[in-house]
Amino acid sequence: MEKDCEVEVVMMYDKFEKNVEGVFFLKGKDFTNAGTASSELKTILGEIGINQSIIRRAAIAAFEAEMNVIIYTPAGMMHYSVTPEILKVVVEDMGPGIEDIELAMTEGYSTAPDYIREMGFGSGMGLPNIKKNTDEMKITSSPGEGTTLEFVINLKKE
Amino acid sequence: MKLQKIIEGLALEVKTKTHDLTKEVTGGYASDLLSDVIANTKEGNVWVTIQTHINIVAVAALKELSGIILANGKVPDEDTLKKADDEGMPIMITTLPAFEVVGRLYTLGLRC
Repeated sequence: MEKDCEVEVVMMYDKFEKNVEGVFFLKGKDFTNAGTASSELKTILGEIGINQSIIRRAAIAAFEAEMNVIIYTPAGMMHYSVTPEILKVVVEDMGPGIEDIELAMTEGYSTAPDYIREMGFGSGMGLPNIKKNTDEMKITSSPGEGTTLEFVINLKKE
Repeated sequence: MKLQKIIEGLALEVKTKTHDLTKEVTGGYASDLLSDVIANTKEGNVWVTIQTHINIVAVAALKELSGIILANGKVPDEDTLKKADDEGMPIMITTLPAFEVVGRLYTLGLRC
């Protein structure tokens, strides 16, 4: 019995030692499947054995980033990588880009059209929500080309 | 408090078929802004809203909420119901406005 436990621990450690990574493709305006990438990422983090409160933060940040791609862009992808130290998520999209990133980070500011707002999106809380739930966040954007959003969550207690 | 008790207490109509009504409800949250719900709900909360589109299921599933109550006579879209059944997320409806729903939940003893 004791031996079984040992094997289990070693296996988990082993799994965690190897970096886990993957990518999800996101299609703009595909509201039917919106949220699937974040939901799968949440499941994967659970399987790796990441702490629940960290998973909750990661799920919020990933969902907001995913919805931004669905709502505002033609397509994008979400790449994630997990090391024993950090979870890093990079979301790249094909445009239209953000003209003023500082303004976009302002709580309540949104460029969403009315029909998006009627769905309960576009309240200007997405990017601030990502910032609140992550340890590092970086946005680079070229108007007309696309946006790359990167966030990191530390997995080790400081 | 179990979801079943809330359904009986508020005479809610259950629209989904595949779900667990014995789930423990840990509290409640009322909002129609999805980012607000994503940011502020806790696992097991019941969510009161007038949003009916499919993304409410993704939000509720991601936050592991115990169920969604659609207030003010709103009915879920067909694809919303299908997804809710796939995810096992209970959706209940009522003609009561959201204010009234929340008041009755509070009276039943539910807190946030």
